[in-house]
Amino acid sequence: MRAWRDAEPRPQYDVVIVGGGGHGLATAYYLAKEHGISNIAVLEKSYIGSGNVGRNTTIIRSNYLHPANARFYERSLKLWEGLEQDLNYNVMVSQRGVLNLFHSDGQRDAFARRGNAMRLNDIDAGLLDEAEVRRLLPYLDFDNARFPIRGGLLQPRGGTVRHDAVAWGYARGADRRGVDIIQNCEVTGIHIERGRVTGVETNRGVIRAAKVALCCAGNSSRVATMAGLRLPIESHVMQAFVTESVKPLVDMVVTFGAGHFYISQSNRGGLVFGGDIDGYNSYAQRGNLPTVEAVMESAMALMPGLGRLRVLRQWGGLMDMSMDGSPIIGLTPVEGIYLNAGWCYGGFKATPASGWCFAWTIARNQPHELNAPFRLDRFASGHVIDEKGAGAQPNLH
Amino acid sequence: MRIHCPYCGERGVEEYSYRGDATVRRPDANGPDALERFVEYLHLRDNPAGSHQEFWQHLHGCRAWLVVQRDVRTHAIESVVAASRRVAR
Repeated sequence: MRAWRDAEPRPQYDVVIVGGGGHGLATAYYLAKEHGISNIAVLEKSYIGSGNVGRNTTIIRSNYLHPANARFYERSLKLWEGLEQDLNYNVMVSQRGVLNLFHSDGQRDAFARRGNAMRLNDIDAGLLDEAEVRRLLPYLDFDNARFPIRGGLLQPRGGTVRHDAVAWGYARGADRRGVDIIQNCEVTGIHIERGRVTGVETNRGVIRAAKVALCCAGNSSRVATMAGLRLPIESHVMQAFVTESVKPLVDMVVTFGAGHFYISQSNRGGLVFGGDIDGYNSYAQRGNLPTVEAVMESAMALMPGLGRLRVLRQWGGLMDMSMDGSPIIGLTPVEGIYLNAGWCYGGFKATPASGWCFAWTIARNQPHELNAPFRLDRFASGHVIDEKGAGAQPNLH
Repeated sequence: MRIHCPYCGERGVEEYSYRGDATVRRPDANGPDALERFVEYLHLRDNPAGSHQEFWQHLHGCRAWLVVQRDVRTHAIESVVAASRRVAR
């Protein structure tokens, strides 16, 4: 039995959602469930699960410093905690803990500060010393000459989720509430009359709608251009890797504090890991070897035993890198067009809250207080949310 | 990805550092619409899926700044000129 109908596009809907990734499907689900709007089409240019919802490293967490990020991602984590009951679908939420390692006194202070900020925001956090980390993960290279491991900041409620099940679960839930999920339907134009959206043009004909919601991170600039919008976003490529399967070894999410590297083990046994974006504009969905080498060097510096494993697969996904490293969820200058974009490489963990907040924004034509800080016009007003303090340079976030 | 430096020849991308879109221009700070122009200059990008003109620096080589024309769908390099020799517009 199919989990959702293979719907044919109808000529008109109340809301058209462009992009059938995790965020688009979650938006449709919460619009139907929370706001009673079910005359919705989700338009996906390829098939459900073909984009970043099936390409990420499946990590969920809310270990943020900035208040706007902490509140938003904590709401997301709370929604993850109830998602399987809500959807009646097994998305394999596993709160195995996320441990950020630190390697110097200065980094310990910075992590203690972040942990304190998290606890002030009612988010779980604990600072582990070296002995405690040794007990949890005895095979790490604690005495590395350059980057010895001194301890870590642990968020026990963080973890992993089976990513494509999230797409399937939201798709099924939305479909059952009457949403049309239309695959192989690419938007090629957006119709605007006197500053107001009236519909979209697709490779399967014109679809009219008073509200059009853009959820196409990776390609946000391309789609927004159809509505005459120029976004504070660059598209970059991010690579991820999975090894051959081994017996249970890494029972939590571990991040290396001296480079950019994070690793967890999938339920199939493969070690899933990634690092930085390649660092240049790209729509290629594949990266280059110097980044592969840098990721492997980080892996070896943290967990030398990994050198005995073979990498089974490696792939790339497109990242909407925003100018302040934070997402955009909100209204646009074109009436009836709503924007959900700029997820950098943190979109997966945000999926439930992103959909929940975006649905609110679309239904009420105003942002919820959780996503109000993530407005598009913050770049003009100076209210940027720069968690890393890197400035308007997307490849540094 | 390999970039042909006009001074050093073809080198691997790991020798270079990336700055971004080379088509944006710093606006006149004394212009009447300076605030809006600076918001655009600092934050807004065309981000095309196709040929992209961008700044690279041969950081671990001769340190020259280059203007590279590159197809971001395929990573194919179309042209490289030294930023100092770029035709003024």
